[in-house]
Amino acid sequence: MVAQRYRTASTLYPYSRSEDQDGSVQRHPVVVVGGGPVGLGFALDLGQRGTPVLVLDDHEGPGLGSKAICFAKRTLDIAHRLGAGVSMVDKGVVWNVGKVFYRDGKLFEFNLLPEDGHRHPAFINLQQPYFEEYLFAAIKRAKADGAPIEIRGGNRLTGLDAQDDHVRLDIDTPDGPYSIEADWLIACDGVRSPVRDLMGLSFDGRVFEDNFLIADVKMKAPFPTERWFWFEPPFAEAQSALLHKQPDGIWRIDFQLGWDIDREAELDPARIRTRIDAMLSSQTGDVPAYELDWTSIYTFQCRRMSSFRHGPVFFAGDSAHQVSPFGARGANSGIQDAENLAWKLHMVLEGQADQSLLETYSAERGCAADENILNSSRATDFMTPKSDTSKVFRNAVLDLARDHVFARQLVNSGRLSVPCTYDDFPSFGEDTLNGPEQTRPGASCTDAPVDDGFLLDQLNANFVLLSISGDAPEASDLSGNLFKSLHVATPSPELAARYLGDAHQAVYLIRPDQHIVARWSSFDAAAVARALRNALGKD
Amino acid sequence: MSLILSPNIPDPDGFYETLINAHEGLTKDESDALNARLILILANHIGDRAVLAAALKAAS
Ligand SMILES: Cc1cc2nc3c(=O)[nH]c(=O)nc-3n(C[C@H](O)[C@H](O)[C@H](O)COP(=O)(O)OP(=O)(O)OC[C@H]3O[C@@H](n4cnc5c(N)ncnc54)[C@H](O)[C@@H]3O)c2cc1C
Repeated sequence: MVAQRYRTASTLYPYSRSEDQDGSVQRHPVVVVGGGPVGLGFALDLGQRGTPVLVLDDHEGPGLGSKAICFAKRTLDIAHRLGAGVSMVDKGVVWNVGKVFYRDGKLFEFNLLPEDGHRHPAFINLQQPYFEEYLFAAIKRAKADGAPIEIRGGNRLTGLDAQDDHVRLDIDTPDGPYSIEADWLIACDGVRSPVRDLMGLSFDGRVFEDNFLIADVKMKAPFPTERWFWFEPPFAEAQSALLHKQPDGIWRIDFQLGWDIDREAELDPARIRTRIDAMLSSQTGDVPAYELDWTSIYTFQCRRMSSFRHGPVFFAGDSAHQVSPFGARGANSGIQDAENLAWKLHMVLEGQADQSLLETYSAERGCAADENILNSSRATDFMTPKSDTSKVFRNAVLDLARDHVFARQLVNSGRLSVPCTYDDFPSFGEDTLNGPEQTRPGASCTDAPVDDGFLLDQLNANFVLLSISGDAPEASDLSGNLFKSLHVATPSPELAARYLGDAHQAVYLIRPDQHIVARWSSFDAAAVARALRNALGKD
Repeated sequence: MSLILSPNIPDPDGFYETLINAHEGLTKDESDALNARLILILANHIGDRAVLAAALKAAS
């Protein structure tokens, strides 16, 4: 039997008996444990490339309740490539105005005016169950087009035997246990990762001594679409408080409660309502009518595995790294893990790259995890100063921020998740363009208008050789290579600013995950071949 | 030169972390003393009395 560990928001992949449960132990090329955002994103990417993938999840749909709501631009870019982006953006809420309060006064207000020439906004707010439902809908469409993806709900991993070249999995189901084997296993099984535990691997880091009360509130009256953040709010006996909007008239409210609390008492709806009334009425004096949609208390941690790969087992998403939610880096970075691994595993299984390419996964995503942990630790330390002196400085920053712009950039309630640039990795380089910083080798491509659409839409499958202005490379020079050639004869002003800078023309080699491998001022077949070999880990 | 009150420090989050970490493990008295030394060093670096007067005013 498979007992429910949590309630689900909807049923997407109900349990049904598979043939594997009858006969002998079957071997699958790639098995994913966990159908959260990362497992679904990975399966969709790999399946669309044509590699068969089997996903096991012990529930039948996304978990109900307050988890991720803030999805960053890079995630939307990836989801768009996978065919799920449009529904996310259509449903999601875009906000631009933020207000920061300190005690009983407003410190400052900001407006995140969007930069032109990108398909996607810097981020949207969208409840995680929707995010997962839209990925699942894209999986269904991909399957209808022949993508070899199978999802088995109600299948719980209970045992695991990892050999050098394959893994045996023991699975429990409503019809009883069975076993399968996998050449490759991708553990997307969340922060408590049973795969990690069954392999006896450690997960080290820092626990922040703080509790956060999270309440999703359904407003029955109009309320502004703004983000409000308080340090030391005069109401609600909390150290900080946050309010922002989600779809369906729901607002997310966070209260930072401190370490020593009575959880039970804090979760009493009457007590929660008292806090929320105080917050909602703080600006206008009125409490709008609202309902409590969901409440819970979280503690936060920053931890990571030292390596995200152990033989035939890869870890992606929360199973590999956990961050506190300030800066919204959990799901956003997990989706990038999935994208980083999918094309590599596909090319290795297709024989287009050696196994050494897989080594780059843990190094690159480990670097991203460190960056995310650093950013979210800094935000947490600003919000929860860990010493008296640290608090004196924090409050000094807040006092100065009221009048002085320089102090506002030090106010830290979370920095927006942006993709990691893989600087100084041997699989990236050369750079002979002298072009803009933001498109240096290692960076993920910034979007820009191309013809009637966007650049990222054209970087959708394999390696791409992008040439801007100048001549298109001769087809004969490219034959036998793994890439498509994209020539933009007349760049848009945004493409020129982001990819040329002061240069008149440029040639970029871009990986399937839209990270820039190398760039040059003109096409040189030998240099491109060298960079490609490098990017495939062949040297 | 006049007092700069617009953003002027590259990687502000990194700077702030270094500043806070410099106080790690210090007692209150030790932290106060560190802050005082730091102010004096920075004041000497600035040198300009008019700028220092403006800074004092902005901080008060
Ligand atoms: C309050 C809060 C706010 C957050 N806000 C944000 C935000 O704004 N932006 C953001 O990017 N991130 C945010 N996060 C983080 C985000 O929710 C996680 O990073 C994300 O869910 C990780 O996805 P995942 O697929 O790695 O793991 P999960 O979503 O945990 O999915 C793991 C899956 O594995 C399955 N599973 C577990 N054990 C087994 C087993 N034995 N057998 C089979 N299946 C199994 C589970 O049922 C689950 O479906 C927030 C988190 C919290 C708690």
